[in-house]
Amino acid sequence: MRVNVTVNGEQRQADDVWEGESLLFVLRERLGLPGSKNACEQGECGSCTVYLDDVPVCACLVAAGQAQDREVRTVEGLAEGDRLDPVQEAFVEAGAVQCGFCTPGLVVQAHDLLDRVPNPSDPEIREALAGNLCRCTGYEKVLDAVRLAASRR
Amino acid sequence: MDFLRPETLAEALELKASRPDALPIAGGTDVMVELNFDHRRPSALLDLTRVPELQRWEEGLRIGAGVPYARIIDELGARLPGLAMASRTVGSPQIRNRGTVGGNLGAASPAGDTHPVLLASDAVIEVASVRGTRMIPAAEFYLGVKRNALEQDELIVAVHLTPARGPQQFSKVGTRNAMVIAVCSFAISLFPRENRVGAAVGSAAPTPRRAPEAERFLASALDFRDPKPLPDSVKREFGELVSRAASPIDDVRGSAAYRKHALAVMARRTLGWAWQELLDGERACA
Ligand SMILES: Cc1cc2nc3c(=O)[nH]c(=O)nc-3n(C[C@H](O)[C@H](O)[C@H](O)COP(=O)(O)OP(=O)(O)OC[C@H]3O[C@@H](n4cnc5c(N)ncnc54)[C@H](O)[C@@H]3O)c2cc1C
Ligand code: FES
Ligand code: FES
Repeated sequence: MRVNVTVNGEQRQADDVWEGESLLFVLRERLGLPGSKNACEQGECGSCTVYLDDVPVCACLVAAGQAQDREVRTVEGLAEGDRLDPVQEAFVEAGAVQCGFCTPGLVVQAHDLLDRVPNPSDPEIREALAGNLCRCTGYEKVLDAVRLAASRR
Repeated sequence: MDFLRPETLAEALELKASRPDALPIAGGTDVMVELNFDHRRPSALLDLTRVPELQRWEEGLRIGAGVPYARIIDELGARLPGLAMASRTVGSPQIRNRGTVGGNLGAASPAGDTHPVLLASDAVIEVASVRGTRMIPAAEFYLGVKRNALEQDELIVAVHLTPARGPQQFSKVGTRNAMVIAVCSFAISLFPRENRVGAAVGSAAPTPRRAPEAERFLASALDFRDPKPLPDSVKREFGELVSRAASPIDDVRGSAAYRKHALAVMARRTLGWAWQELLDGERACA
């Protein structure tokens, strides 16, 4: 089937989409947006987190057809041209990126948190990121990055 | 595979009647895992996320099957504290943004977190087909492991719940605070004006189920008109009766013996919290 979806503000079209395919597969394999990562395909790791109509979701658990005529924003859509989003900058500066596999999902999820809660407490940060797994950093620097981004916004 | 995309409830019911083989998909948090791992190959998916009737709630309360957990917590948390507590324990923020009570009921897993709350709070499930509407009390909805009372042509439309008339609590045992399938779970609702108690267990029998003996014992042991601090003996007996209502199995998440023990502990504790809330309320009024 054909899927029409707005991605990062641009009207996009994907063809020959299998009806059981995930939005994550469409983004990565058909629309050339490999920012969102595929690690578990079962909602456990959060590395595929994207905005769907302004709500962060696991793209691996959205059927591609459900995104028809909806708006998706991926990690690729956070920077403005060459200017990184403050959350992305903070991740770099705080050393919150090691292998980087979890980073896109964490960045989108943290971005949403700071939009809703400009000055989150530590428990609020932990709760917001509870669905994002990182095997490298031990999370401390991730928390530092979110605190840093909050202080700058 | 076909992808069916109804825009109204009437259209969704027509499609379900003509294609009983079509698998409904709401938040997709159960369905997509099965598709991604090749555990299921339905001949069609019936996308319910565009059906407006399912995405809203009305006073009463009638909660559309497609309202995600995040909205139940934000919009109904004050009126449905038990359901909100259970919703907060589901998966992660991303899962709660997408997953729905309708999907929990559709999957009918014995471990589904909303089930004990729906049972303890006398929820009624509204299901519909082109043949008409049926109102099914939660206690009659769960038929077996991952089996519910839906006919092939029916969809879950809404859950009916009255705003809490007394304290409600929910408790769940798992290995961490997020992303955990319940080892076992428990919900309690007090109905002070009716002198009644609702209590139900999850993940501790082939289906979620009520604990009627525990409910009866507690209703007679509690003095709702003149609440006093509860003797430990009442809490302990209640815990025992709740535990006895379960028929758990040994599995990877826990042994049957552990589940029985944990249920008694959760029942005692949640009763303590609920009763304290009632006492505090009395004091505030006095
Ligand atoms: C990472 C992860 C963590 C999870 N954690 C928890 C947890 O802590 N607690 C818990 O209880 N569950 C958990 N789940 C399971 C799942 O999120 C819940 O069962 C959720 O309520 C399913 O809702 P959904 O809208 O996503 O359902 P879907 O996946 O869309 O559907 C689930 C089932 O219900 C049917 N269905 C859906 N809507 C209707 C309808 N209106 N009428 C008829 N049938 C319908 C579908 O056909 C399917 O069989 C988790 C899942 C994941 C992936
Ligand atoms: S790939 Fe989607 S949550 Fe892991
Ligand atoms: S940086 Fe490697 S998984 Fe997080």
